[in-house]
Amino acid sequence: MKKRIIALLAAVAMTVSLVGCGAKGSGSTPASSDSKTWIIATDTSFKPFEYRDSENNFVGIDMDLLAAIAEDQGFKYDVQILGWDASIAACQAGQADGMIAGASITDERKEFGWIFSDGYYDANQSMAVAENSGITGLDGLSGKAVAVKTGTMSAEYAESLSGQYNFTVTYFEDSPTMYQAVVGGQVAAVFDDTPIMAANIKDGNLPMVILPETGNDPAAYGFAVFNKDNQKLVDMFNEGLKNIKANGKYDEILKKYLG
Amino acid sequence: MVRIITVYGGMLLEAMGRTLILALLGLFFACIIGLFFGILSVVKSRICNVIAQIFVDIIRGVPMIVLAFFIYFGIPYLLNTIIGGHNMTLTALQAGTACLALNCGAYMSEIIRAGIQSVDIGQMEAARSLGLPYGVSMRKVVLPQAIRTMIPSIINQFIITLKDTSILSVIGFPELVNTAKNVQANTFMSFQTWAIVGVMYLFVITILSRNAKMVERKLNVGR
Repeated sequence: MKKRIIALLAAVAMTVSLVGCGAKGSGSTPASSDSKTWIIATDTSFKPFEYRDSENNFVGIDMDLLAAIAEDQGFKYDVQILGWDASIAACQAGQADGMIAGASITDERKEFGWIFSDGYYDANQSMAVAENSGITGLDGLSGKAVAVKTGTMSAEYAESLSGQYNFTVTYFEDSPTMYQAVVGGQVAAVFDDTPIMAANIKDGNLPMVILPETGNDPAAYGFAVFNKDNQKLVDMFNEGLKNIKANGKYDEILKKYLG
Repeated sequence: MVRIITVYGGMLLEAMGRTLILALLGLFFACIIGLFFGILSVVKSRICNVIAQIFVDIIRGVPMIVLAFFIYFGIPYLLNTIIGGHNMTLTALQAGTACLALNCGAYMSEIIRAGIQSVDIGQMEAARSLGLPYGVSMRKVVLPQAIRTMIPSIINQFIITLKDTSILSVIGFPELVNTAKNVQANTFMSFQTWAIVGVMYLFVITILSRNAKMVERKLNVGR
Protein backbone atom coordinates (compact mmCIF):
# COMPACT_ATOMS: atom_id res chain seq x y z
CA MET A 1 0.00 0.00 0.00
CA LYS A 2 2.77 2.37 1.00
CA LYS A 3 4.62 1.62 -2.22
CA ARG A 4 1.51 2.41 -4.22
CA ILE A 5 1.09 5.78 -2.59
CA ILE A 6 4.71 6.65 -3.27
CA ALA A 7 4.33 5.60 -6.91
CA LEU A 8 1.20 7.73 -7.22
CA LEU A 9 2.95 10.74 -5.72
CA ALA A 10 5.87 10.29 -8.08
CA ALA A 11 3.50 10.14 -11.05
CA VAL A 12 1.73 13.33 -9.94
CA ALA A 13 5.04 15.11 -9.44
CA MET A 14 6.16 14.10 -12.92
CA THR A 15 2.93 15.30 -14.52
CA VAL A 16 3.15 18.63 -12.74
CA SER A 17 6.73 19.17 -13.85
CA LEU A 18 5.77 18.28 -17.43
CA VAL A 19 2.93 20.80 -17.43
CA GLY A 20 5.38 23.34 -16.06
CA CYS A 21 7.70 22.78 -18.99
CA GLY A 22 4.88 23.19 -21.49
CA ALA A 23 3.76 26.46 -20.02
CA LYS A 24 7.27 27.87 -20.10
CA GLY A 25 7.73 26.89 -23.74
CA SER A 26 4.57 28.52 -25.07
CA GLY A 27 4.57 31.58 -22.86
CA SER A 28 7.94 33.01 -23.77
CA THR A 29 7.93 35.41 -26.68
CA PRO A 30 11.42 36.56 -27.50
CA ALA A 31 11.87 40.32 -27.54
CA SER A 32 12.92 41.44 -30.99
CA SER A 33 15.88 43.70 -31.47
CA ASP A 34 18.08 44.60 -34.38
CA SER A 35 20.86 42.24 -33.38
CA LYS A 36 18.41 39.33 -33.16
CA THR A 37 19.21 36.22 -35.13
CA TRP A 38 15.95 34.99 -36.65
CA ILE A 39 15.48 31.25 -36.72
CA ILE A 40 14.00 30.15 -40.03
CA ALA A 41 12.72 26.60 -40.39
CA THR A 42 12.60 24.78 -43.70
CA ASP A 43 11.88 21.45 -45.36
CA THR A 44 14.54 18.75 -45.74
CA SER A 45 14.20 18.08 -49.44
CA PHE A 46 12.04 20.12 -51.77
CA LYS A 47 14.11 20.48 -54.88
CA PRO A 48 14.73 23.07 -56.36
CA PHE A 49 13.49 25.22 -53.46
CA GLU A 50 15.62 23.56 -50.81
CA TYR A 51 17.84 20.51 -51.04
CA ARG A 52 21.34 19.27 -50.44
CA ASP A 53 23.56 19.43 -53.52
CA SER A 54 26.27 16.92 -54.40
CA GLU A 55 28.81 18.92 -52.33
CA ASN A 56 26.59 18.55 -49.27
CA ASN A 57 25.64 22.24 -49.25
CA PHE A 58 22.07 23.10 -48.40
CA VAL A 59 20.93 25.19 -51.36
CA GLY A 60 17.83 26.10 -53.35
CA ILE A 61 15.66 28.99 -54.50
CA ASP A 62 14.30 29.56 -50.99
CA MET A 63 17.78 29.60 -49.48
CA ASP A 64 19.17 32.03 -52.07
CA LEU A 65 16.14 34.31 -51.84
CA LEU A 66 16.40 34.35 -48.08
CA ALA A 67 20.11 35.17 -48.24
CA ALA A 68 19.55 37.95 -50.76
CA ILE A 69 16.66 39.43 -48.78
CA ALA A 70 18.55 39.22 -45.49
CA GLU A 71 21.49 40.98 -47.07
CA ASP A 72 19.22 43.66 -48.51
CA GLN A 73 17.43 44.23 -45.21
CA GLY A 74 20.42 43.66 -42.99
CA PHE A 75 19.03 41.00 -40.67
CA LYS A 76 20.75 37.91 -39.35
CA TYR A 77 19.15 34.49 -39.61
CA ASP A 78 19.85 30.86 -38.90
CA VAL A 79 18.29 28.13 -41.03
CA GLN A 80 17.06 24.99 -39.35
CA ILE A 81 16.33 22.06 -41.63
CA LEU A 82 13.46 20.36 -39.89
CA GLY A 83 11.13 18.95 -42.53
CA TRP A 84 7.67 20.19 -43.42
CA ASP A 85 5.56 19.04 -40.46
CA ALA A 86 8.25 19.80 -37.91
CA SER A 87 8.80 23.28 -39.36
CA ILE A 88 5.15 24.15 -38.80
CA ALA A 89 5.22 22.71 -35.30
CA ALA A 90 8.46 24.53 -34.44
CA CYS A 91 7.02 27.88 -35.59
CA GLN A 92 3.87 27.33 -33.55
CA ALA A 93 5.82 26.36 -30.47
CA GLY A 94 8.06 29.41 -30.81
CA GLN A 95 11.18 27.32 -31.45
CA ALA A 96 11.51 28.96 -34.85
CA ASP A 97 10.46 32.45 -35.91
CA GLY A 98 9.41 31.81 -39.49
CA MET A 99 9.44 29.23 -42.23
CA ILE A 100 10.30 29.24 -45.90
CA ALA A 101 9.51 25.93 -47.53
CA GLY A 102 7.55 26.55 -50.70
CA ALA A 103 4.36 27.00 -48.67
CA SER A 104 1.36 27.87 -50.84
CA ILE A 105 -0.61 30.86 -49.64
CA THR A 106 -4.19 29.72 -48.99
CA ASP A 107 -7.13 31.20 -47.14
CA GLU A 108 -7.50 28.03 -45.13
CA ARG A 109 -3.96 28.26 -43.81
CA LYS A 110 -4.47 31.92 -42.94
CA GLU A 111 -7.50 30.92 -40.87
CA PHE A 112 -5.31 28.47 -38.97
CA GLY A 113 -2.91 31.23 -37.95
CA TRP A 114 -0.37 31.36 -40.76
CA ILE A 115 0.79 34.89 -41.49
CA PHE A 116 2.13 35.01 -45.05
CA SER A 117 4.46 37.37 -46.83
CA ASP A 118 3.75 38.43 -50.41
CA GLY A 119 3.99 35.57 -52.87
CA TYR A 120 7.46 34.95 -54.26
CA TYR A 121 6.73 32.21 -56.78
CA ASP A 122 3.62 30.83 -58.51
CA ALA A 123 3.23 27.07 -58.67
CA ASN A 124 0.49 24.55 -59.15
CA GLN A 125 0.13 20.89 -58.30
CA SER A 126 -0.14 18.09 -60.80
CA MET A 127 0.18 14.37 -61.13
CA ALA A 128 3.07 12.27 -62.37
CA VAL A 129 3.22 8.58 -63.22
CA ALA A 130 5.92 6.08 -64.12
CA GLU A 131 6.90 6.29 -67.80
CA ASN A 132 5.79 2.77 -68.60
CA SER A 133 2.60 2.82 -66.51
CA GLY A 134 0.22 3.46 -69.40
CA ILE A 135 -1.80 5.85 -67.25
CA THR A 136 -2.68 8.94 -69.27
CA GLY A 137 -4.96 10.86 -66.95
CA LEU A 138 -6.97 10.88 -63.75
CA ASP A 139 -9.34 8.24 -65.22
CA GLY A 140 -6.54 5.69 -65.10
CA LEU A 141 -6.30 5.83 -61.31
CA SER A 142 -9.44 3.86 -60.48
CA GLY A 143 -8.75 1.36 -57.68
CA LYS A 144 -5.11 2.41 -57.40
CA ALA A 145 -3.04 4.17 -54.73
CA VAL A 146 -1.38 7.55 -55.13
CA ALA A 147 1.37 9.17 -53.05
CA VAL A 148 1.19 12.62 -51.48
CA LYS A 149 3.14 14.47 -48.83
CA THR A 150 1.37 14.94 -45.50
CA GLY A 151 -0.28 18.33 -45.04
CA THR A 152 0.60 19.82 -48.43
CA MET A 153 -1.51 21.45 -51.13
CA SER A 154 -1.03 18.38 -53.29
CA ALA A 155 -2.41 16.19 -50.49
CA GLU A 156 -5.48 18.38 -50.37
CA TYR A 157 -5.79 18.33 -54.15
CA ALA A 158 -5.51 14.53 -54.31
CA GLU A 159 -8.01 14.12 -51.46
CA SER A 160 -10.49 16.31 -53.32
CA LEU A 161 -10.23 14.05 -56.39
CA SER A 162 -10.02 10.67 -54.69
CA GLY A 163 -13.79 10.11 -54.40
CA GLN A 164 -14.55 11.08 -57.98
CA TYR A 165 -11.76 8.99 -59.52
CA ASN A 166 -11.89 6.21 -56.95
CA PHE A 167 -8.28 6.05 -55.79
CA THR A 168 -6.73 5.81 -52.32
CA VAL A 169 -4.27 8.35 -50.93
CA THR A 170 -1.03 7.22 -49.24
CA TYR A 171 0.88 9.71 -47.12
CA PHE A 172 4.66 10.06 -47.15
CA GLU A 173 7.03 12.46 -45.43
CA ASP A 174 9.14 13.78 -48.28
CA SER A 175 9.24 14.07 -52.05
CA PRO A 176 12.09 11.63 -52.85
CA THR A 177 10.33 8.77 -51.03
CA MET A 178 7.18 9.44 -53.05
CA TYR A 179 9.01 9.44 -56.37
CA GLN A 180 10.78 6.24 -55.34
CA ALA A 181 7.38 4.67 -54.68
CA VAL A 182 6.12 5.67 -58.13
CA VAL A 183 9.21 4.41 -59.93
CA GLY A 184 9.19 1.21 -57.88
CA GLY A 185 5.50 0.64 -58.59
CA GLN A 186 4.34 0.73 -54.96
CA VAL A 187 1.90 3.49 -55.93
CA ALA A 188 0.42 4.32 -59.32
CA ALA A 189 0.98 8.06 -59.25
CA VAL A 190 2.23 11.01 -57.20
CA PHE A 191 0.69 14.43 -56.66
CA ASP A 192 3.25 17.13 -55.99
CA ASP A 193 4.14 20.69 -56.91
CA THR A 194 4.87 20.85 -60.62
CA PRO A 195 8.25 22.70 -60.51
CA ILE A 196 9.53 20.29 -57.84
CA MET A 197 8.63 17.25 -59.89
CA ALA A 198 10.05 18.77 -63.05
CA ALA A 199 13.38 19.54 -61.36
CA ASN A 200 13.63 16.09 -59.78
CA ILE A 201 12.76 14.24 -62.98
CA LYS A 202 15.29 16.28 -64.95
CA ASP A 203 18.18 16.13 -62.46
CA GLY A 204 17.59 12.61 -61.25
CA ASN A 205 16.80 11.13 -64.67
CA LEU A 206 13.70 9.60 -63.13
CA PRO A 207 11.60 7.41 -65.44
CA MET A 208 8.51 9.49 -64.66
CA VAL A 209 6.28 11.80 -66.68
CA ILE A 210 4.16 14.72 -65.51
CA LEU A 211 0.65 14.76 -66.92
CA PRO A 212 0.15 18.52 -67.42
CA GLU A 213 -3.62 18.41 -67.90
CA THR A 214 -4.01 17.04 -64.35
CA GLY A 215 -2.82 20.30 -62.76
CA ASN A 216 -4.89 22.64 -60.60
CA ASP A 217 -4.89 26.45 -60.55
CA PRO A 218 -1.55 27.91 -59.49
CA ALA A 219 -1.13 29.53 -56.08
CA ALA A 220 1.73 31.66 -54.83
CA TYR A 221 4.40 30.44 -52.42
CA GLY A 222 4.95 32.64 -49.39
CA PHE A 223 7.26 33.03 -46.44
CA ALA A 224 5.29 32.44 -43.24
CA VAL A 225 5.31 33.19 -39.53
CA PHE A 226 2.81 32.02 -36.93
CA ASN A 227 3.29 34.62 -34.24
CA LYS A 228 1.98 38.19 -34.64
CA ASP A 229 5.07 39.45 -32.80
CA ASN A 230 7.12 38.36 -35.80
CA GLN A 231 5.21 40.62 -38.20
CA LYS A 232 8.41 42.67 -38.44
CA LEU A 233 10.14 39.70 -40.09
CA VAL A 234 7.36 39.46 -42.69
CA ASP A 235 7.59 43.19 -43.37
CA MET A 236 11.35 42.94 -43.88
CA PHE A 237 10.84 39.95 -46.19
CA ASN A 238 8.27 41.84 -48.30
CA GLU A 239 10.46 44.92 -48.49
CA GLY A 240 13.53 42.89 -49.40
CA LEU A 241 11.62 40.86 -51.99
CA LYS A 242 10.50 44.08 -53.68
CA ASN A 243 14.09 45.33 -53.75
CA ILE A 244 15.65 42.18 -55.17
CA LYS A 245 12.92 41.98 -57.80
CA ALA A 246 13.80 45.56 -58.80
CA ASN A 247 17.56 45.04 -58.94
CA GLY A 248 17.43 41.82 -60.94
CA LYS A 249 18.74 39.56 -58.20
CA TYR A 250 15.42 37.70 -58.06
CA ASP A 251 15.47 36.76 -61.74
CA GLU A 252 19.09 35.74 -61.40
CA ILE A 253 18.23 33.25 -58.63
CA LEU A 254 15.28 31.73 -60.51
CA LYS A 255 17.41 31.39 -63.61
CA LYS A 256 20.14 29.64 -61.67
CA TYR A 257 17.80 26.87 -60.53
CA LEU A 258 15.14 26.64 -63.21
CA GLY A 259 17.25 27.36 -66.28
CA MET B 1 -8.74 19.07 -28.18
CA VAL B 2 -12.48 18.42 -28.31
CA ARG B 3 -12.53 19.31 -31.98
CA ILE B 4 -9.82 16.78 -32.77
CA ILE B 5 -11.72 14.06 -30.93
CA THR B 6 -15.10 14.80 -32.50
CA VAL B 7 -13.85 15.37 -36.04
CA TYR B 8 -10.86 13.03 -36.23
CA GLY B 9 -11.60 10.57 -33.40
CA GLY B 10 -13.02 7.93 -35.73
CA MET B 11 -10.10 8.30 -38.09
CA LEU B 12 -7.60 7.88 -35.23
CA LEU B 13 -9.44 4.84 -33.87
CA GLU B 14 -9.39 3.20 -37.30
CA ALA B 15 -5.67 3.94 -37.46
CA MET B 16 -5.21 2.36 -34.03
CA GLY B 17 -7.02 -0.70 -35.40
CA ARG B 18 -4.61 -0.87 -38.33
CA THR B 19 -1.69 -0.45 -35.91
CA LEU B 20 -2.97 -3.43 -33.93
CA ILE B 21 -3.49 -5.56 -37.04
CA LEU B 22 0.04 -4.78 -38.18
CA ALA B 23 1.46 -5.51 -34.72
CA LEU B 24 -0.45 -8.77 -34.36
CA LEU B 25 0.56 -9.99 -37.81
CA GLY B 26 4.14 -9.00 -37.12
CA LEU B 27 4.18 -10.70 -33.73
CA PHE B 28 2.61 -13.88 -35.10
CA PHE B 29 5.35 -14.32 -37.69
CA ALA B 30 7.96 -13.08 -35.23
CA CYS B 31 7.05 -15.94 -32.87
CA ILE B 32 7.55 -18.48 -35.66
CA ILE B 33 10.85 -16.91 -36.75
CA GLY B 34 12.01 -16.50 -33.15
CA LEU B 35 11.18 -20.06 -32.20
CA PHE B 36 12.86 -21.41 -35.33
CA PHE B 37 16.11 -19.50 -34.91
CA GLY B 38 16.03 -19.81 -31.10
CA ILE B 39 15.98 -23.59 -31.34
CA LEU B 40 18.50 -23.50 -34.16
CA SER B 41 20.91 -21.70 -31.85
CA VAL B 42 20.72 -24.25 -29.04
CA VAL B 43 20.70 -27.55 -30.93
CA LYS B 44 23.93 -29.50 -30.96
CA SER B 45 25.02 -28.57 -34.46
CA ARG B 46 27.72 -26.04 -35.18
CA ILE B 47 26.23 -25.13 -38.60
CA CYS B 48 22.76 -24.50 -37.16
CA ASN B 49 24.22 -22.32 -34.39
CA VAL B 50 26.21 -20.25 -36.86
CA ILE B 51 23.20 -19.76 -39.17
CA ALA B 52 21.11 -18.53 -36.24
CA GLN B 53 23.92 -16.26 -35.07
CA ILE B 54 24.34 -14.68 -38.51
CA PHE B 55 20.59 -14.04 -38.78
CA VAL B 56 20.48 -12.37 -35.38
CA ASP B 57 23.61 -10.31 -36.04
CA ILE B 58 22.33 -8.97 -39.36
CA ILE B 59 18.84 -8.06 -38.20
CA ARG B 60 19.99 -6.69 -34.86
CA GLY B 61 22.70 -4.66 -36.56
CA VAL B 62 20.36 -2.78 -38.89
CA PRO B 63 18.00 -0.05 -37.67
CA MET B 64 14.38 -0.88 -38.31
CA ILE B 65 13.79 2.20 -40.46
CA VAL B 66 16.54 1.02 -42.81
CA LEU B 67 15.04 -2.46 -42.86
CA ALA B 68 11.64 -0.94 -43.67
CA PHE B 69 12.94 1.07 -46.64
CA PHE B 70 15.00 -1.91 -47.78
CA ILE B 71 12.07 -4.31 -47.79
CA TYR B 72 9.53 -1.88 -49.21
CA PHE B 73 11.67 -0.34 -51.95
CA GLY B 74 14.78 -2.48 -52.19
CA ILE B 75 13.43 -5.99 -52.56
CA PRO B 76 10.96 -5.28 -55.40
CA TYR B 77 13.70 -3.27 -57.12
CA LEU B 78 16.14 -6.15 -56.73
CA LEU B 79 13.69 -8.66 -58.20
CA ASN B 80 12.36 -6.46 -60.98
CA THR B 81 15.49 -4.71 -62.20
CA ILE B 82 18.53 -6.74 -61.27
CA ILE B 83 17.20 -10.26 -61.54
CA GLY B 84 14.44 -9.30 -63.96
CA GLY B 85 11.37 -11.04 -65.24
CA HIS B 86 9.26 -10.31 -62.18
CA ASN B 87 6.67 -7.65 -61.73
CA MET B 88 6.39 -7.71 -58.00
CA THR B 89 5.38 -4.97 -55.61
CA LEU B 90 4.83 -5.21 -51.88
CA THR B 91 1.98 -3.43 -50.17
CA ALA B 92 2.92 -1.34 -47.16
CA LEU B 93 1.18 -3.89 -44.92
CA GLN B 94 3.17 -6.80 -46.34
CA ALA B 95 6.46 -4.95 -46.11
CA GLY B 96 5.61 -3.69 -42.62
CA THR B 97 4.69 -7.17 -41.39
CA ALA B 98 7.89 -8.63 -42.80
CA CYS B 99 9.93 -5.86 -41.22
CA LEU B 100 8.37 -6.28 -37.77
CA ALA B 101 8.52 -10.06 -37.95
CA LEU B 102 12.21 -10.09 -38.84
CA ASN B 103 13.15 -7.47 -36.30
CA CYS B 104 11.13 -8.86 -33.42
CA GLY B 105 11.97 -12.43 -34.48
CA ALA B 106 15.68 -11.80 -34.07
CA TYR B 107 15.22 -10.51 -30.54
CA MET B 108 12.79 -13.32 -29.70
CA SER B 109 15.28 -15.95 -30.83
CA GLU B 110 17.84 -14.46 -28.45
CA ILE B 111 15.31 -14.46 -25.62
CA ILE B 112 14.46 -18.09 -26.33
CA ARG B 113 18.12 -19.08 -26.52
CA ALA B 114 18.92 -17.32 -23.26
CA GLY B 115 15.86 -18.89 -21.60
CA ILE B 116 16.83 -22.41 -22.60
CA GLN B 117 20.44 -21.90 -21.61
CA SER B 118 19.41 -20.51 -18.23
CA VAL B 119 18.06 -23.92 -17.24
CA ASP B 120 20.74 -25.81 -15.33
CA ILE B 121 22.56 -28.27 -17.57
CA GLY B 122 22.05 -30.89 -14.86
CA GLN B 123 18.33 -30.97 -15.71
CA MET B 124 19.07 -32.14 -19.24
CA GLU B 125 21.75 -34.58 -18.03
CA ALA B 126 19.35 -36.04 -15.46
CA ALA B 127 16.60 -36.46 -18.04
CA ARG B 128 18.97 -38.10 -20.51
CA SER B 129 20.37 -40.48 -17.89
CA LEU B 130 16.82 -41.54 -17.07
CA GLY B 131 16.65 -42.72 -20.67
CA LEU B 132 14.59 -39.90 -22.23
CA PRO B 133 15.60 -38.98 -25.78
CA TYR B 134 16.94 -35.43 -26.46
CA GLY B 135 13.70 -34.11 -27.97
CA VAL B 136 11.51 -35.37 -25.15
CA SER B 137 13.89 -34.06 -22.46
CA MET B 138 13.84 -30.70 -24.18
CA ARG B 139 10.04 -30.57 -24.47
CA LYS B 140 9.06 -32.08 -21.12
CA VAL B 141 11.89 -31.01 -18.82
CA VAL B 142 13.87 -28.04 -20.09
CA LEU B 143 11.30 -25.93 -22.00
CA PRO B 144 8.66 -25.76 -19.24
CA GLN B 145 11.29 -24.32 -16.93
CA ALA B 146 12.75 -22.07 -19.61
CA ILE B 147 9.38 -20.54 -20.54
CA ARG B 148 8.95 -19.09 -17.07
CA THR B 149 12.15 -17.12 -17.39
CA MET B 150 11.34 -16.09 -20.95
CA ILE B 151 7.83 -14.73 -20.40
CA PRO B 152 8.71 -11.30 -18.95
CA SER B 153 11.26 -10.65 -21.72
CA ILE B 154 8.85 -11.84 -24.41
CA ILE B 155 6.10 -9.54 -23.13
CA ASN B 156 8.61 -6.72 -23.11
CA GLN B 157 9.49 -7.49 -26.72
CA PHE B 158 5.79 -7.55 -27.67
CA ILE B 159 5.37 -4.06 -26.26
CA ILE B 160 8.45 -2.77 -28.05
CA THR B 161 7.19 -4.25 -31.31
CA LEU B 162 3.77 -2.67 -30.85
CA LYS B 163 5.45 0.70 -30.47
CA ASP B 164 7.84 0.02 -33.35
CA THR B 165 4.88 -0.03 -35.74
CA SER B 166 5.13 3.77 -35.60
CA ILE B 167 8.40 3.57 -37.54
CA LEU B 168 6.47 2.12 -40.46
CA SER B 169 4.73 5.45 -40.95
CA VAL B 170 7.69 6.29 -43.21
CA ILE B 171 6.63 3.79 -45.87
CA GLY B 172 3.16 5.30 -45.92
CA PHE B 173 1.31 2.64 -43.96
CA PRO B 174 -1.67 4.49 -42.45
CA GLU B 175 -1.04 3.43 -38.87
CA LEU B 176 -1.58 5.70 -35.87
CA VAL B 177 1.45 7.98 -36.25
CA ASN B 178 1.03 8.37 -40.00
CA THR B 179 -2.63 9.29 -39.52
CA ALA B 180 -1.86 11.59 -36.61
CA LYS B 181 0.60 13.50 -38.79
CA ASN B 182 -2.27 14.10 -41.15
CA VAL B 183 -4.55 15.26 -38.38
CA GLN B 184 -1.82 17.57 -37.18
CA ALA B 185 -1.26 18.88 -40.69
CA ASN B 186 -4.98 19.59 -41.09
CA THR B 187 -5.59 21.15 -37.68
CA PHE B 188 -2.15 22.60 -36.91
CA MET B 189 -2.68 21.53 -33.31
CA SER B 190 0.44 19.54 -32.59
CA PHE B 191 0.29 19.44 -28.80
CA GLN B 192 -3.28 18.20 -28.67
CA THR B 193 -2.85 15.66 -31.48
CA TRP B 194 0.24 14.04 -30.02
CA ALA B 195 -1.23 14.07 -26.51
CA ILE B 196 -4.25 12.12 -27.78
CA VAL B 197 -2.05 9.71 -29.71
CA GLY B 198 0.19 9.18 -26.68
CA VAL B 199 -2.80 8.37 -24.49
CA MET B 200 -4.10 5.91 -27.12
CA TYR B 201 -0.80 4.00 -27.16
CA LEU B 202 -0.61 4.12 -23.39
CA PHE B 203 -4.12 2.70 -23.08
CA VAL B 204 -3.50 -0.25 -25.39
CA ILE B 205 -0.10 -1.06 -23.93
CA THR B 206 -1.38 -0.86 -20.35
CA ILE B 207 -4.08 -3.39 -21.17
CA LEU B 208 -1.46 -5.61 -22.76
CA SER B 209 0.88 -5.43 -19.76
CA ARG B 210 -1.92 -6.08 -17.23
CA ASN B 211 -2.99 -9.20 -19.11
CA ALA B 212 0.62 -10.25 -19.43
CA LYS B 213 1.03 -10.03 -15.64
CA MET B 214 -1.90 -12.42 -15.28
CA VAL B 215 -0.37 -14.93 -17.68
CA GLU B 216 2.91 -14.64 -15.84
CA ARG B 217 1.26 -15.39 -12.50
CA LYS B 218 -0.51 -18.43 -13.92
CA LEU B 219 2.68 -19.85 -15.38
CA ASN B 220 4.56 -19.24 -12.16
CA VAL B 221 2.51 -21.80 -10.24
CA GLY B 222 4.80 -24.20 -8.44
CA ARG B 223 7.73 -21.90 -8.24
